[in-house]
Amino acid sequence: MSEVATVSVDERIARPGLFGRLAVRPEIGALLGAVAVFVFFSLVARQFVSPAGIATWLDDAATLGIVAVAVALLMIGGEFDLSAGVMTASSSLVTAILATQLGLNVWLAVLCSLVFALAVGAFNGWLVMRTRLPSFIVTLGTFFALQGLNLGITRLVTGTVQVSGIRSVPGYAEVGYFFASTFSLGGTTFQVSVLWWIGVAAVASWLLVRTRFGNWIFAVGGSAPSSLAVGVPVVRTKIALFMTTAGAAWLVGTINILRFTTVQANQGIGLEFQYIIAAVIGGCLLTGGFGSAVGAAIGALIFGMARQGIVYANWNSDWFQLFLGIMLLAAVLVNNSFRRRAERVRR
Amino acid sequence: MTTPLLEVTEVGKTYGSVIALREVSTVVNAGEVTCVLGDNGAGKSTLIKILAGLHQHDEGEFRIEGEPVRLGSPREALDRGIATVYQDLAVVPLMSVWRNFFLGSEPTKGFGPLRMLDRKQGREVTRKALAEMGIDLRDVEQPVGTLSGGERQCVAIARAVHFGAKVLILDEPTAALGVKQAGVVLKYVAQARDRGLGVVLITHNPHHAYPVGNRFLLLKRGRSLGCFEKADISLAELTRQMAGGAELEALEHELRGAVS
Repeated sequence: MSEVATVSVDERIARPGLFGRLAVRPEIGALLGAVAVFVFFSLVARQFVSPAGIATWLDDAATLGIVAVAVALLMIGGEFDLSAGVMTASSSLVTAILATQLGLNVWLAVLCSLVFALAVGAFNGWLVMRTRLPSFIVTLGTFFALQGLNLGITRLVTGTVQVSGIRSVPGYAEVGYFFASTFSLGGTTFQVSVLWWIGVAAVASWLLVRTRFGNWIFAVGGSAPSSLAVGVPVVRTKIALFMTTAGAAWLVGTINILRFTTVQANQGIGLEFQYIIAAVIGGCLLTGGFGSAVGAAIGALIFGMARQGIVYANWNSDWFQLFLGIMLLAAVLVNNSFRRRAERVRR
Repeated sequence: MTTPLLEVTEVGKTYGSVIALREVSTVVNAGEVTCVLGDNGAGKSTLIKILAGLHQHDEGEFRIEGEPVRLGSPREALDRGIATVYQDLAVVPLMSVWRNFFLGSEPTKGFGPLRMLDRKQGREVTRKALAEMGIDLRDVEQPVGTLSGGERQCVAIARAVHFGAKVLILDEPTAALGVKQAGVVLKYVAQARDRGLGVVLITHNPHHAYPVGNRFLLLKRGRSLGCFEKADISLAELTRQMAGGAELEALEHELRGAVS
């Protein structure tokens, strides 16, 4: 969708300038927003642009962005997942309980929790497709069910509402190297989560605009009956998207448990909305069929910069919520006007 | 005389106790347009659903190129070269023209997990296929939603032609269109016909059917009023038959009485 037609350009279309070409991209609003937020906090708080400051808000953006990108794909496919936030905690808990209570090697524990996450994702997708109910309500059910399981099972197994002690389990150091280590760039220490975030965003973008599967994601979100009529496997595509989202939540859950070595059973609640907000800021339509994976990653970046910027500026973090609300409304208005332009029927 | 592409003889269909279609016969030849005309509830939809593989007939015979068949699914109909363009089920509005054109049959390049869309080929083939049908689009990257209703129908028709359909079934392609747009769509129907496809055109407008049709199947309340060759029927007669013949005259008389 990015390149302007290369072959035999029609004389009736004036070659659009750089601005014209950028203006139709779904992530342009997010990009401008990110620049504005960056400039604003750079002026307000010196620490914000210090290398250590940058590393901090990049990490914040990364753990949000990994799931936000997957949620963006799901939203382009026309569905929601409200269980994604709690899923991050569930994955951490499964890994932690298997490793600390059953003494499983961390590799094995992490693998088991991946299987668990994918199974929950597949269940979400299957139930949505089977019942034809809105995914909003189905995953709201999964959200509460997981929340209850997280607390109930944790209390049952450990007697408290947290699991800790994974550090002493065999395999911790090796797995931690992949998910929770740090790397140094120009003398500043960055979390490895930043690399995961960039990697996930790049792969998701490539998938979305360059592959058949990506074409199907747009199609099932844009019009499922039309897609079915031309032979697109609608059910398979949507279930795969729910599994991708759960898989991304697992990745963040794994990063969290290995970095902090402790997990609270009530973690992750409320994150699901942040993912959706980041995806919407990044240009995803709530009605599906349009959006961008890179946009969602940038949406998460805005989140990270604003949340940490407010801390650096020594403001009360209450203001962050106000900022979020305004960003969301602005993004929805911009997206809506775009859709009207794209769907307008010329007679 | 060669074997017709499609031939139905005395087909009938009942839904429970409702007789939706009874003793209807017609043929579809390559390079010809068979028009199915009738008012609402005449059985047009039932007939095309049988042809498109959505429903199965209960009575009579349905032959594809001489071979008696019962189609189990729309996919089976497609595999036998019968493509159906439904009124609104044709395209995804937010996707670009070329992505719509190839949806479900995307061209790819590369191997294994790195297999990706061949976007350049997709755009070029779409542009060429549309141009061959005489459809001149400014930009195949624009969303289909920005096209007019008639242009969308044309893209769907071009897609069916490109992917090797032998028979094209068009369900009320002109119903929601203005006069000019309807004319454009009919032009592409004629294009498809001239390229050797057999076309089944469903409509309730005899003025749209007459200029492009070779044969007119008239349905009324699930029964056939007859299948006429173009030489055997005039537009005026077709309109009169469609509207219910004698009934219309009575109605006209009544209206005249009421006005004066």
